[in-house]
Amino acid sequence: MRTTSPNASRRRSAAILVAAILTVGVAGCGSSDSPSTAQAGPSASASANPDAGVLDIRDPWVKAADKGMTAAFGTLVNDGDTDVTVTSATTSLSPMELHEMAVKDGKMVMRQKQGGIVIKARSTHALEPGGDHLMLMNLIKPVQAGDELTVTLTFADGRTQQFRAVAKPFTGAQESYAPGHGEPMPGMSATPEMSMSPAS
Amino acid sequence: MSRRGLLTGGALAAGGALAGGATIAATRAGRTGPPSATAADATLAATVGGLVEPFHGARQAGVATEPQAHASFVALTLRAGVDRAALGRMLRLLTDDAARLTQGRPALADTEAELGLLPARLTVTFGFGPGLYRAAGVDDRRPASVTDLPSFRIDRLQPAWSGGDLLLQICADDAISVAHAQRVLIKDSRPFATVRWVQQGFRRSPGVEPGGHTQRNLFGQLDGTANPRPGAPMDTALWVADGPAWLRDSTTVVLRRISMNMETWDLLGRTDRELAVGRRLDTGAPLTGSAEHDEPDFAATDADGLTVIPDFSHLTRAHVTDDRLKILRRPYNYDGVPTAEGHADSGLIFTSYQADIARQFLPIQRRLADRDLLNEWTTPIGSAVFAIPPGCQPGGWIGEQVLG
Repeated sequence: MRTTSPNASRRRSAAILVAAILTVGVAGCGSSDSPSTAQAGPSASASANPDAGVLDIRDPWVKAADKGMTAAFGTLVNDGDTDVTVTSATTSLSPMELHEMAVKDGKMVMRQKQGGIVIKARSTHALEPGGDHLMLMNLIKPVQAGDELTVTLTFADGRTQQFRAVAKPFTGAQESYAPGHGEPMPGMSATPEMSMSPAS
Repeated sequence: MSRRGLLTGGALAAGGALAGGATIAATRAGRTGPPSATAADATLAATVGGLVEPFHGARQAGVATEPQAHASFVALTLRAGVDRAALGRMLRLLTDDAARLTQGRPALADTEAELGLLPARLTVTFGFGPGLYRAAGVDDRRPASVTDLPSFRIDRLQPAWSGGDLLLQICADDAISVAHAQRVLIKDSRPFATVRWVQQGFRRSPGVEPGGHTQRNLFGQLDGTANPRPGAPMDTALWVADGPAWLRDSTTVVLRRISMNMETWDLLGRTDRELAVGRRLDTGAPLTGSAEHDEPDFAATDADGLTVIPDFSHLTRAHVTDDRLKILRRPYNYDGVPTAEGHADSGLIFTSYQADIARQFLPIQRRLADRDLLNEWTTPIGSAVFAIPPGCQPGGWIGEQVLG
């Protein structure tokens, strides 16, 4: 799975490149700009559950998508004195995987995060486009802009924690793909299914 | 009235650290704070950029708020099929964006997070057009006076500047703060609505004049002298005092795009200009007085027996003394690109806020349309009306009383 040209990778910083690769895939997962057929009514809060225990989960959100894949993001804050490891994430809408972006053979690729996501004691870990994220592999129904999605994290010690992520319209860095600066290489597909597949 | 607060350096840092997006650059560069939170920046920010207007409250900000230097008025048309539930989802997203950005925090999933750190008194004010109430099936909650205005003899309205289902009024003392908020809000609107029109305008920049001064329009006239005074008079004119939750603490806005013909205005001498308005150009005083806020004497006559303030003057036609009948003007200038011949495209984004359009705005507008000499040089080319629903508390969302 590769989505960018060698020229682009020489000119851009790794951070921006990662974001571009991830978001071009995410953006393709289904147009969030289509008219919505509303199902969920408004609810009171668009933020994480403050009563949750293991971590403080700040600003959680999920990219709205009609079908296929999408991803959830947020900031995981570990105020405790011991490291915390997220070993899995689940939601009723889709199978989920823990993903990371990494350099493999000189290319930025997305792949499953081996050993889970570790949040060191007294530290913060960002789940963000271009970095670690919670991948929704195959939506069984649309996640519409403004919907709230409940996600359950399971930790290495068996504890779990739920949070609610609001769905944001998000097209990512797709618009930065000027002609000749990041178009898919000949023979490589930039379809969401390809670009969002785990690389290893 | 103004409840401005200072965004401290600490708050700026917290805003950066809290923002999911803001951490992209910061963490990769091995830093923990926002990219530019130096002491010098914090000092500068304290003068303009760091100033914060409250977002949450019983009434929406951006109406009684001392006008900021820059404004963008964005009118949206709801997409087909966007109903009450979809509007709830949309307004929750937009409320969250506004609540964060106005307080100097990047929006959720903000792709330009650093632009969200300096609000410069940013306010985002939501207006509901008649079409929104219809789409939501809650037309019984629409304020009765929020309906298409009657047409006036002077109107040359263009659809490109008229109507709209949802108004986003974005104001700040910095044009970049406005531009970023506009970008964020439109992006979150796109699944639900299309952009119908955008009108961008400006006033004097902060620090150019002492606060509280009446602004000049591009004709050089002081514009807004007769506004109700802050406090009880303004409250009386603006806010619905009772009634059901979706009306109490609401107000309304009439937004008119007024083209000002700089070329024909140039043909007038100073005396004629002052007679057309009924006020002195330098002080803004009525022609019968010496200071801007002197009460005009419409009975005073000159040596020829003519009234000193002509009865066709703008002042005479627009004059109202009862606070219940006054309007709050909060206008912004626009100045487009001149033609190849050098003819200006200038005018006014005229905004009139009042509790009841029919009681307050329409009588004044009828008198002006019938007989206001200023009509010779001004032409309304756009018109829209919106309810400004009540504000919301933290955890709530704008429109919850109407759509909830």
